[in-house]
Amino acid sequence: MPELTLRELSVKEHRGPRLAPLDVPAEGAERLLPRERLRGEAPALPEIPEPAVVRHFVNLSVLNHHIDKAIYPLGSCTMKYNPKLNDEMAQMPGLQAIHPLQPEDLSQGALAVIWELHEWLKVIMGMPAITTQPAAGAQCELTAILMTRAYHAERGNPREEVIVPDSAHGTNPSTVHQVGYRVVTVPSGPDGCVDIGALKREVSGKTAALMLTNPNTLGIFERDVGEIARIVHGAGGLLYLDGANLNAMVGLANPGSMGFDFAHINLHKTFSTPHGGGGPGGGVLCVREELAPYLPAPVLEQAGDRYQWSYDRPRSIGRVHSYYGNFGMIVRALCYVKSLGAEGLAEVSREAIVNANYLKARLKDAFTPSHEGYCMHEFVLSAARQKARGVRALDLAKRILDFGMHAPTTYFPLIVDEALMIEPTETETKASLDAFADALLTIDRETKEDPERVKRAPTQTPVKRLDEARAARKLTLTWQDLEAEVGGA
Amino acid sequence: MLKQIGAESVEALWASIPPEFRVQGSLPLDPPLAEYEITRRFAQWAEANADANQYACFLGAGIYDHFIPAAVRSLLSRSEFATAYTPYQPEVSQGTLQTIFEYQSMICELTGMEVANASMYDGATACAEASLLATGATGRRVVLVSQGVHPHFREVIRTYASAGSFDVRDLPLDHGATAAAGLKRMLSPEVAAVLWAQPNFEGIVEDGAALTEAAHAAGAYSIASADPVALALLLPPGRDGADIVVGEGQPLGVPMGYGGPLVGFFSIRKSDVRRLPGRLAGATVDLDGRRGFVLTLQTREQHIRRERATSNICTNQALMALANTIHLALLGAQGMRDVATQSLEKAHYLARRAAQVPGVSLANGDRAFFREFVLRLPGPATGFLRAAEKRRILAGVPLSRFDGARPRDLLVAATEKRTREEMDRYVDALAEWARHPAQAPVQEAACRS
Repeated sequence: MPELTLRELSVKEHRGPRLAPLDVPAEGAERLLPRERLRGEAPALPEIPEPAVVRHFVNLSVLNHHIDKAIYPLGSCTMKYNPKLNDEMAQMPGLQAIHPLQPEDLSQGALAVIWELHEWLKVIMGMPAITTQPAAGAQCELTAILMTRAYHAERGNPREEVIVPDSAHGTNPSTVHQVGYRVVTVPSGPDGCVDIGALKREVSGKTAALMLTNPNTLGIFERDVGEIARIVHGAGGLLYLDGANLNAMVGLANPGSMGFDFAHINLHKTFSTPHGGGGPGGGVLCVREELAPYLPAPVLEQAGDRYQWSYDRPRSIGRVHSYYGNFGMIVRALCYVKSLGAEGLAEVSREAIVNANYLKARLKDAFTPSHEGYCMHEFVLSAARQKARGVRALDLAKRILDFGMHAPTTYFPLIVDEALMIEPTETETKASLDAFADALLTIDRETKEDPERVKRAPTQTPVKRLDEARAARKLTLTWQDLEAEVGGA
Repeated sequence: MLKQIGAESVEALWASIPPEFRVQGSLPLDPPLAEYEITRRFAQWAEANADANQYACFLGAGIYDHFIPAAVRSLLSRSEFATAYTPYQPEVSQGTLQTIFEYQSMICELTGMEVANASMYDGATACAEASLLATGATGRRVVLVSQGVHPHFREVIRTYASAGSFDVRDLPLDHGATAAAGLKRMLSPEVAAVLWAQPNFEGIVEDGAALTEAAHAAGAYSIASADPVALALLLPPGRDGADIVVGEGQPLGVPMGYGGPLVGFFSIRKSDVRRLPGRLAGATVDLDGRRGFVLTLQTREQHIRRERATSNICTNQALMALANTIHLALLGAQGMRDVATQSLEKAHYLARRAAQVPGVSLANGDRAFFREFVLRLPGPATGFLRAAEKRRILAGVPLSRFDGARPRDLLVAATEKRTREEMDRYVDALAEWARHPAQAPVQEAACRS
């Protein structure tokens, strides 16, 4: 029996939580506001007693897979465990019940938290200037490409193109387009890395920037990153690091040394803030000194023993957020890095890489790795052999759900046929990795012995395979639509 | 594990990273701290802030100190919601998907629109994306933005426009409300949209029907940036005929959080659904015909459509949208109405009493306002802020932050949480300060944004 909607649970005449009695003389909305601006009746929100509301959401919650339950190996999403202490710190009233426009003298603790995280991240990234204003990775990209435009425009020509490798996340080309640049795609070579010859042919005086994910989405470190930087910089372009895969580099490699002009961080990936069912994330953009004047305003400064926001930034691209970004995520990320300290941070990427290689080694005979050799923190398998048995990557992913585990990212990167992109992260134990490998190997056997079973999957989940085509064809996007459907049927 | 991998050493695994790019030794950072050391450190930072439990908070400007039921916090902290990701595998994400569907439904109830997405980063970026939608849909490139829209929202809209995709022009205010005469003069066949706020930044209730009618007469979209609490009482912009209704969802169960995480809502008419940015949940059935929910129309999105996507947004503010959903479910129609009505009454009580203090007036005269208003003081507003702080009152947002020509104007908000005692204390502080206003120090005058 599916969980009813709030509308279906609504009880007429129930009143929500009691407020304290109004302690000022009541004038009445009709006297205080023009009658024609009032909505006659209250909005048709549900009216449900608190115990029933709580049950509704608890019943819904248990239908979710989540990282506290079992492995969640979505490639490039870095679904690592989120330490509970982080949340507890972020929920202290002094860090949560504070208004963004209260005087700076009364916000010094909040500013100190932001400052401290900036200092830690600058060291980790090896880059001198930073903003935590973007709300997520894609907004870091937007910020950086707008800064790229401002940088080139100041030099007389905003330029026309941004180069994006064919293995890049969709946000990269989408951002480039949104900022009014043309997307130039460079292919990956047989080794999975950017094809340097092709890159040289594409780079020109029109090139505003190149956006590079390193390690790339195949889980391969772009070993020619130094050469790529020389080529792009040689043409006057800027080099952007998409930090989606930063979990392979923390404490191990230093993006600043590789020649990146920009590098973004997803606090919700590498720095363990919870993914929240799709957000909030936390975007951090680190830049080279020369680009600092273009950072979104305001910028945090230290003046003696106090911190202050600097709004006087004449070359800034402007604001990208209502206030200072996702502060709650900044608190959590600072708690995370301070809990780990230098020693702990050094282990993050090392363990993530070991875990990924272990899983790859266990799976490489049954599934075809996109590339031989060691991987970084993630790897891509092709289900081409399973496809030949009539079972697609999608079917495999659905069957994994029956084992109580989450599926890998599927059909990405686009350059691998029937791709399964797997990122276990450092917080999985060997037992958990083995359980996942065993499940995939079992499923591979099923593709030979009982492929229909895989194609019927999932059967052990709260609902069976859902009809996505119908959802798109017959748009039912609200309770109101649901009722119209029932009424019309 | 190394044996299974077949590597001689762990270092062999990252041999592909050229040595010159590797970190030598360990990072020059502090050693790890134990949980109780961390707690102590963060408690010190927390104490260095004035929080709304210790101070009576009359600050607004889009972020309000409204009541949040304990059940919101409790449900939101469940691992099942907090530690899941985007529902890419719907069969194990029905909890997240159904709550998105319910969120979409309730946003539409509030705004009077037909379709809402799963959330944007905040109200500001929702306004910027709405401008992009309107310019795309009309093929025109000018967006008229009322100066009654939050100044930070206007800055974000300008940042998004700076790529050259559209031009922004300011629509002036007349005594705090968007000037209808000014709007008619500025409308032209180039105008893609008129963007206004309900209520606006200075708390004033706009005539949404008139603004929308004027926009439509010129073939432009009408975009409203609305306060969701006000919509429990005010005519929703959808019924004014607006084409897009966006706004900041923080007042619905999200802590002020020093301005983040926030959550933007985004609602439209069905006819524009293929232009919608961001994620969208829809109902469908499973193989057995049971109701279920999925992410739908994903071909609009960057992970499928790449450079032809409607927006580059990927991660959104899902958990904050869930806070909105739980909050609205708990308060219900009447609870939301009560919160809105009490905020309205209290703001008017405070405004009335404050305006009786000699030298103090309401900057926008007798214009109708909701839960926020502008006081014009007999001296620098920042001076009064300092005086009020001594009585544990955060007295408002000085408009000198946004407009150097308004040093004496203070934006003041009152929610249902403010008590008569706090408001009387506020007026006492104001009366005392107003006797010698010129002697007060001017603070943060340089803090213009």
